[in-house]
Amino acid sequence: MIAAISAAALTLSGCAASNALNEEEETTAADTSDTVSVGVLHSLSGTMAISEVSLRDAELMAIEEINADGGVLGKQIEPIVEDGASDWPTFAEKAKKLLQKDEVATVFGGWTSASRKAMLPVFEQNNGLLWYPVQYEGMESSPNIFYTGATTNQQIVPSVTWLLENKGKSFFLIGSDYVFPRTANKEIKAQLEAEGGTLVGEEYTPLGHTDYSTLISKIKEEKPEVIYNTLNGDSNVAFFKQLKDAGITADDMTVLSVSIAEEEIRGIGTDVLTGHYAAWNYFQTTDTPENEKFVAAYKEAYGDDRVTGDPIEAAYNAVYLWAAAVEKAESFDVDAVKEAAGGIEFKAPGGTVTIDGDNQHTYKTVRVGEIQADGQFKEVWNSGEPVKPDPYLETYPWAEELN
Amino acid sequence: MAVVITQIFNGISLGSILLLIALGLAITFGLMNVINMAHGEFIMAGAYTTYVVQQAFSQYVPESFFNYYYVAAIPLSFLIGALLGFVLEKTLIRFLYHRPLDSLLATWGVSLILQQVARSIFGAPNVAVTSPAWLDGGIAIAGAVLPYKRLFIIALVTICMISLYLYLDKTAAGRKMRAVTMNRSMASSLGVSTKKVDAAAFAIGSGLAGVAGCALTVLGPIGSTIGTYYIVDAFMIVILGGIGSLIGTVFGALSVGMLGTIAEFWTGASMAKVIVFVAIIAFLQYKPAGLFSARTRSLE
Amino acid sequence: MDKKKLGYWLFFIALFLGPLYLTEFRLALMGKFLCFAIVALGICLIWGYTGILSLGHGVYFGLGAYCTAMYLKLESAGGELPDFMEWSGVSALPAFWQPFSNPVFALGASLVIPALLAAMLGFLTFKNRIKGVYFSLISQAVVVVFVTLFVAKQDWTGGTNGLTNFTTFLGISLSSPLVQIALYMLTVITLGISFALASRLTNSRAGRVLSAIRDGENRVRFLGFNPTSYKVFVYSLSAALAGLAGTLFVLQVGLISPAMMGIIPSIEMVLWVAVGGRHSLIGAILGAVIVNSAKSFFSETYPDIWSIFLGLLFIIVVMFLPNGLVGMVQSWKDKRKKSKQKGGTANATDSVVS
Repeated sequence: MIAAISAAALTLSGCAASNALNEEEETTAADTSDTVSVGVLHSLSGTMAISEVSLRDAELMAIEEINADGGVLGKQIEPIVEDGASDWPTFAEKAKKLLQKDEVATVFGGWTSASRKAMLPVFEQNNGLLWYPVQYEGMESSPNIFYTGATTNQQIVPSVTWLLENKGKSFFLIGSDYVFPRTANKEIKAQLEAEGGTLVGEEYTPLGHTDYSTLISKIKEEKPEVIYNTLNGDSNVAFFKQLKDAGITADDMTVLSVSIAEEEIRGIGTDVLTGHYAAWNYFQTTDTPENEKFVAAYKEAYGDDRVTGDPIEAAYNAVYLWAAAVEKAESFDVDAVKEAAGGIEFKAPGGTVTIDGDNQHTYKTVRVGEIQADGQFKEVWNSGEPVKPDPYLETYPWAEELN
Repeated sequence: MAVVITQIFNGISLGSILLLIALGLAITFGLMNVINMAHGEFIMAGAYTTYVVQQAFSQYVPESFFNYYYVAAIPLSFLIGALLGFVLEKTLIRFLYHRPLDSLLATWGVSLILQQVARSIFGAPNVAVTSPAWLDGGIAIAGAVLPYKRLFIIALVTICMISLYLYLDKTAAGRKMRAVTMNRSMASSLGVSTKKVDAAAFAIGSGLAGVAGCALTVLGPIGSTIGTYYIVDAFMIVILGGIGSLIGTVFGALSVGMLGTIAEFWTGASMAKVIVFVAIIAFLQYKPAGLFSARTRSLE
Repeated sequence: MDKKKLGYWLFFIALFLGPLYLTEFRLALMGKFLCFAIVALGICLIWGYTGILSLGHGVYFGLGAYCTAMYLKLESAGGELPDFMEWSGVSALPAFWQPFSNPVFALGASLVIPALLAAMLGFLTFKNRIKGVYFSLISQAVVVVFVTLFVAKQDWTGGTNGLTNFTTFLGISLSSPLVQIALYMLTVITLGISFALASRLTNSRAGRVLSAIRDGENRVRFLGFNPTSYKVFVYSLSAALAGLAGTLFVLQVGLISPAMMGIIPSIEMVLWVAVGGRHSLIGAILGAVIVNSAKSFFSETYPDIWSIFLGLLFIIVVMFLPNGLVGMVQSWKDKRKKSKQKGGTANATDSVVS
């Protein structure tokens, strides 16, 4: 027994000693070399890996492109990839490691709101910099986070207006039972009231729910013109398959989703999705010269069968925006980069994006697309010009009581 | 009126899906007393088999026959599930018959490995299965639409139930299986090879999981984690029905299905889940042996 | 025996001196693992000593953590409504939140609430003589109920995001390295005291009754003991330990969410004990530390391999090392002893009870 314990104690201290040595070597190496390290922190294992691996790929691709182009401030970017393992404390822990041990200049990472909320205190306490590339529910503006995905007024609010003008007034809201759908739906309800829509139903199902027969019979009972869908992940597959079985097609009711991008379409099947809509800032079919290059490069790097999508593009943009801010600041220092970031522009695949210096979100063009039989979107509407981000919906009178 | 019919039908339909999932467990857990946490991954294996068969048909078979891929997928899913179950029994389970809690832990390890293997082969994202055209649409009755897919699953589970009943009651092999589950040492001393019977029973139970996986492809997602969505529910149904009673499992599944749809209709899906599980836990306090329990005077 | 005690002292002193030889990052990890070790102690008591396999200890861990987190959240909100309630459209603090603004109440509740829930559940199920795998599966159903509720009642619990972003505890900033070291040392002391109490319990008369219940509950009953009350007691005790661990976890990690009380974390807790040695308290502690170190090592280097490795670990331990690492060392030592004293009678092997 005593042998086992002392052995364990020895191993412990041994590990620690070797770690300390390694760390010293690494830091000294980083200081003298002509590289700058950045963190890439996504779930590479667990349930979220499905979505987040593509973001890592896009970020690494952007880093490679910038390096091939001469790097940032003459330094090559060296990515340190960490796995958040779909586990929120792991995200916080790895963020701490990247900031304290690896002393990275910035971190690109996260997908779920829960992972962002877990990392937020770490970045604030260590004065780090996080680039978060996914559309989210708004109501947040941390001084240490840049948000390159859409906030609600760049995705949900305009799409509701579009639906009211083109598809019908009566709405049924369905969503997975977690923070994003509940917050989004609260905003949609206020907007419907202000813009003359009616709410006929609102339902939430647990994450991973797979039987939608009862929910669909509630929908049939209420006969809405529009179903606004904030379901997440696997639930979408079950919902759309069962909706079609119940005899409801895109001609009967319009379903607009905010969590279905090109990647998800492939797992659901176009036979049940064709004719329904989604709101994003970017589609693989978006017609810009930058996008043509981006899609070709992505497919060349990761295989012809891969597709791009909105969060992938936002992750790609994040790296370029950071690099541009560093060039402008002429420094990797977090405060200097933040100071310089306001007004930085990037010709992104989905149209020009600009950083709003006040809330550290980006101006983005809003697009609504119809799902085609080939699994791609056909854009049916866009906002024309990039929309100013407004995470707290301060410019919308109907949103006053939400805050 | 249409809503009432739809909801009753939905209850039965959900019950039939749960029954299909729990039927395999009713054998491996109910009759053999083995907790197989990898049961959900056999469901996954069945679903992926269906996907592979579909891919093969779309490549190698004339288009006019494509819609019949599903007919080929059902028996193949059974075979794949059964094969996996057989291998698992031979390599792991048979050493753990006297340590049920340990078999629970070991099979949970197996389930982790199978999920990762599936991810390595098919990739992490879901794959899509196009359901055969002859299952599209439904029957309209008094304004309610009864989808063919759900009717098909009800028919499929009925066929599975009847074949299982006939097998256990009317064939020599099935009767041996029942003899072993009733009194292992007595059966063994009368010349029944318990080893063979165990392997066969486990293979059949696992094969049924494969069939369930095949059926689920028409309704839900096909990915490496689908087994985890159903496994806890399935175990609760078998316990609720009463260990060792097939008819109990049927009633367990139907009552959970009905209660679930009614509760969801009046509240919401999350609360319905809570209500169903609390109801099961509470019921088991009142009747620990489940709905249908074999009368026994034994102490343990 | 004395040699053994000395070993334990050395072990805990080595842990206590962690801040001297561990970097800040590793120290934070070790602090988290030691919280898990406290949970493992509780599981060892009910599983290894009493034969009850709970697949629901994530719930008790989570409840303890939430109780403390509610206090932390209220303190950092500084008299205002916590941020997530504002988004969820709650206008006033729910009544059941109010007492948690008192730190003594919150810390007390983090022990008492898990213990009470366990006592209630345990009393009902054990009185009805539900045991073995049935109890395990029911405890898993309890996990489903709690996780679904905590996710669905987002206006009260923060939903999937959980509770996070705390700044101070009793007015002291949680982010300063000194506080982290103090919390680490507090965790080591708590673990040490829990270990001492648990080993005293297992060596007492009551502890022998517990083992007897594991090996033959009905015989114990026929001897005039009431197994139910012993089982309820030890089950509540282990729930309280899990709640205590939850408190220390939330103070150090600064985050609790329903994902941490789910089915998979609950089963992993059992794995820690199985790897270390289910019949040994020190084994449970070592198991928690070793498995979690391996997890963070593997997920840092080979993220894909981790779940296969975890799966294999389960199978290997169950098939070949039913008494875990401690059992392996023990049998190796026994063998050596045997070969030394030729002809001496072999020790009776450990009974393997599941």
